[in-house]
Amino acid sequence: MKKLTISLLLLPLMCALCYNCTDGKVETKIDDSLIENGIHVATGLAYDENFELVRALCTSCHSAKLITQNRATREGWKDMIVWMQKTQKLPDLSTAEPIVLDYLAKHYAPEDIGRRSNLDMESIEWYELSEEE
Amino acid sequence: MKHKRSKNIKSPKKQSPRSLSRRGFISKGTVSTVGFVLGAEMVFAKHFPKGLTPIGLLENDIADDLIGKHKDLIILNDRPVNAEAPPHLLDDNITPRDLFFVRNNGVPPTDINVDTWTLTIEGESAEKTKTYTLKDLKTKFKEHSYQITLECGGNGRSEYNPPAKGNQWSLGAVGCATWTGIRLRDVLEDVGVKDSAVYIGYYGKDTHLSGDADKKTISRGVPISKAMEDESLIAWSMNGEDLPMHNGYPLRLIFGGWPASCSGKWLEKIVIRDKIHDGPKMVGQSYRVPCETVAPGAKVADEDMCIIEEMPVKSLITYPRTGASIKLNQTLSIRGHAWCGSSAVSTTEYSIDFGATWEKCTLTKPANRHAWQHFNAKMKFPKVGYYEVWARATDEAGRSQPMIVPGWNPKGYLNNACHRIAVRVTAS
Ligand code: HEC
Repeated sequence: MKKLTISLLLLPLMCALCYNCTDGKVETKIDDSLIENGIHVATGLAYDENFELVRALCTSCHSAKLITQNRATREGWKDMIVWMQKTQKLPDLSTAEPIVLDYLAKHYAPEDIGRRSNLDMESIEWYELSEEE
Repeated sequence: MKHKRSKNIKSPKKQSPRSLSRRGFISKGTVSTVGFVLGAEMVFAKHFPKGLTPIGLLENDIADDLIGKHKDLIILNDRPVNAEAPPHLLDDNITPRDLFFVRNNGVPPTDINVDTWTLTIEGESAEKTKTYTLKDLKTKFKEHSYQITLECGGNGRSEYNPPAKGNQWSLGAVGCATWTGIRLRDVLEDVGVKDSAVYIGYYGKDTHLSGDADKKTISRGVPISKAMEDESLIAWSMNGEDLPMHNGYPLRLIFGGWPASCSGKWLEKIVIRDKIHDGPKMVGQSYRVPCETVAPGAKVADEDMCIIEEMPVKSLITYPRTGASIKLNQTLSIRGHAWCGSSAVSTTEYSIDFGATWEKCTLTKPANRHAWQHFNAKMKFPKVGYYEVWARATDEAGRSQPMIVPGWNPKGYLNNACHRIAVRVTAS
């Protein structure tokens, strides 16, 4: 309901993306308030009213990339949380747990990709290859 | 596609250099960001568990440094670092140091002092406890070098359906380097191995992501028979130089043909056990597959999961890069590497008709056991059109790579489905 207000508030952002890559070292400064296509750019997490809660609870040990890489049902996400609680020192999330699970199940749900996907045509960069000597 | 990954995810990094202690649950200052407004704030305040402080809001954008690594590695995670090479960058026979994949489970040690670094051997089945300095190891034992392939047990995980949990590796969590060090066997025998010995386990100096100094991140190992192989090394050098920081500097284990997680990094202790080692990530579902094959998506109890030993036969086309466009009269050369968990690869084949027919490639012999082998082939295409070149290796026991994703397992290990590259053939 308030999503629209939030995104409107965030629209007038300075362009603060600055990549400075040298060999082996990646220096990146991303404006923390940057939201693009519903994604919080600095973390890569889906941006909605529960984003801040998930970010605060889930990115202290590892980056959000471990979340955004994964896909699971609500039950599957619950299993991962239980596993982290049993083995990785994740504390009890108490009343936040259902909110976090709803967020994860909504934004990172599995898709049926079959037994083997097509090569990803969109990601292929075609190039002319000349014969090798 | 399940989800799109940009080719080279840039890691977000804030200016202020911070020590690694940032991982503890410490909190300072106010929790406020531009996005932290309206409904979010209310939900947040109400549900944030007591005793947990929102460190993430302030500091989560600090990536770990990718010291010594190539800028074109695909970064799956920047904290902890998990990065793989795109296949075409693995073209060298010996994988360069900066292109070797990284699978960090925790926080690598900082302030490493090679003068004070020690390795301790102990355990129920060790005759005694003995501690060696790096210098002891380098001077008291005979040095050996081998080309050894290491592959992450989860390489290829991204193709499993239903999706498997963890880092979503695609093809490049593998490499073959020249590792130099001493035989683990020589050191174990110097300490004395009791007849009761069953397994060895390692401990490294990396620390747990939670910041808890007493918690071990990962401690795996191998059966004593594997530990005693000629090619099982305690290594300090990769391709003639010190180990790269992210690959275990200054000391690590090397076990070819088994999940790379057996080859402990930042090595400081080895335990000789009288039972199967039970450190973190030896137990539960980690690095295990169902003892009996299961249907996709099945729930498998921990006690029905078995430890992965040998990795399956596999190959990778490293030239050309996928997406090559050639003319109809042109000959296409391909090359790549093939490896397996034990013995050697006996044949590699390629197909340009989606697996209907297969032609043999030329294949080299391995430099030594557990070294990957190199294949090449030349081919012409019958007509213009879209093609895929598929590669398939077969080991000496007659086991080949499947064309579709192999048997599903809950943690998505051991995907050795054949590698495919896209090729377009246009009119001459
Ligand atoms: C107390 C530290 C801690 C916190 C807080 C934490 N995690 Fe984790 N998590 C870990 C560790 C450690 C791993 C294993 C990392 C590895 O192997 O690279 C992990 C792994 C994962 C994985 C991969 C699972 C797998 O099977 O490998 C996912 C997904 C994940 N975390 C999501 C989350 C989410 C969602 C939250 C917020 C509810 C969260 N994490 C909070 C410590 C934590």
